[in-house]
Amino acid sequence: MKIVVAMRQLADLVEELEVNADGTDIDRDFVKFVSNEWDEAALEEALCHKDDGDAEITVVALDEPDVDQTLYTALAKGADRAVKLTGHDPEGWIRTGDRAAILASWLERDDFDLVLTGVQAADDLDGQLAGVLAERLGVRHAAVVVGFHDADSAVQVEQELGGGTVAVSSLELPAVLGIQAARQTPRYASITRIRQAQQTQTIQEVEISAGGSLGGTVRKISPPKKRGGAEMLEGSASEVAERIAELIRSKGLARS
Amino acid sequence: MAISVLVLSERIAGEHPEATFELLGKGSKLAKQLGGELAVAVAGTDYPVQELGGADVILELAGLEAGAYAAPIWEAGVAAAIAASSPRVVLMSTGTVGLDLGGSLATRFGGQLASYVIDLDVDGEEILATAQLYGGKMLAEVALDSFICFATVIPGSFPADDGRSTGSPRVERIEVGEKPKAVAMAIREPETGGVDITAAPMLVSVGRGIGSSDNLELVQELADALKVPLSASRPVIDSGWLPKPHQVGKSGKKVKPSIYLSFGISGAPEHLEGMRNAEMIIACNTDPGAPIFEVAHFGTTVDLFDLVPELTERFGG
Repeated sequence: MKIVVAMRQLADLVEELEVNADGTDIDRDFVKFVSNEWDEAALEEALCHKDDGDAEITVVALDEPDVDQTLYTALAKGADRAVKLTGHDPEGWIRTGDRAAILASWLERDDFDLVLTGVQAADDLDGQLAGVLAERLGVRHAAVVVGFHDADSAVQVEQELGGGTVAVSSLELPAVLGIQAARQTPRYASITRIRQAQQTQTIQEVEISAGGSLGGTVRKISPPKKRGGAEMLEGSASEVAERIAELIRSKGLARS
Repeated sequence: MAISVLVLSERIAGEHPEATFELLGKGSKLAKQLGGELAVAVAGTDYPVQELGGADVILELAGLEAGAYAAPIWEAGVAAAIAASSPRVVLMSTGTVGLDLGGSLATRFGGQLASYVIDLDVDGEEILATAQLYGGKMLAEVALDSFICFATVIPGSFPADDGRSTGSPRVERIEVGEKPKAVAMAIREPETGGVDITAAPMLVSVGRGIGSSDNLELVQELADALKVPLSASRPVIDSGWLPKPHQVGKSGKKVKPSIYLSFGISGAPEHLEGMRNAEMIIACNTDPGAPIFEVAHFGTTVDLFDLVPELTERFGG
């Protein structure tokens, strides 16, 4: 089975984000970029299928800050091939519609059974990639996927509906799946193995010219207004613990 | 009168979800602003009809059998409803069905889409959407000007009561001609048994900030001392550090304890959806900008590794 894992870079949410000068995007100059955590789950699930059988894995990503690191790490973990798509502005906010158009343009020339990608990304304002990409390719899709297995020319998919309820369906291949979680925590690739991948394997670069925005016009981006929010408890760990203990006791929920 | 707003009820079986009424309430206001009717699309022909009085029209998607779900089958059904009603605005939630269909339908109809929407308005010829970005750390104002616009709305953004009005909508049956290459097979309910975090008067809840499964013992000791269950946000569950019944949030349980004590949870919208109605929320996170402080009543940026042992000690742990 030929599995393509579509990965991407994203501003690290652990960092403080600031708005750029014209107020329509985050300031990308001082932000660290990391791979989208749901894409990591998609890669892990693909690697688990490879461990189980005969899957061949290609990771593909658009050129974005520090994307080589993500692609080499995927190779170090066991992906067979890595492809970087160029021809767009790698520094800007690549909207889902454009991302899907670029990926579709490349996938139309490549042979695949399944495309796996993360169910969402924290900046996919104009929709989640899996559905948009599938529609462009004219193939089946499913989002919030928590498990799948292939059965001949179809894939049996489990989608989480909330509260632990799961919908099971069968989709004729090829298909695009938005992965919510892999069956296990994404595996770790040591620095040594990543370096080894950098020395022995290459990232294939393909220039693509395509676009297809789905989004409207972003008029303004701003941090949400504080609505009052929490009363912050100040002081040492011991002092704060004492305040919290009082709050718990005030609700009659604990003795001592 | 033409249909200007179409709401999708994401009911697969049983009751219509709460989000349907939230969207009907908001949809009704938008329809008035746009000078048209409000329609609701419903899967199958056997559904609680009397609850949908907030809509002017019910579009029954024939052939979408209740009790099972497959994205391509629903996509074909909703596409047929859109083609038959030509709405200006299509509203879905950011639940599984909305995440499945929002992008693909917008692409299919050549419309614009805003996701993670928390507010909507009409501004002249444009539909204005306010949407969350970066897990709620930013808000975006987006103007949609396509002839058909799609919005996937975060549940809880609009009051559900506004959509629970009585009325007698007319019913139109939508035949779905398209035959998608997919089969809806089954709905599997979660296994029961084990911990029930929805019944506890208090929860000690833990998130990504705990760092590793080895550190869970620390918060487990506090939960034990307080004699309450340990719950968690998605990253802890997805990492396999705690089993699924412990999960709070969109894909886990909705909880409403007297006290929700959270450690190392930043407060992604999907998590807040599951716990924002707790009576008292006390949040501990070293990032003062963490969105959880917006819904918490009390907060602290003291490191959980310093705070938790102090608390455990105070409750006899």
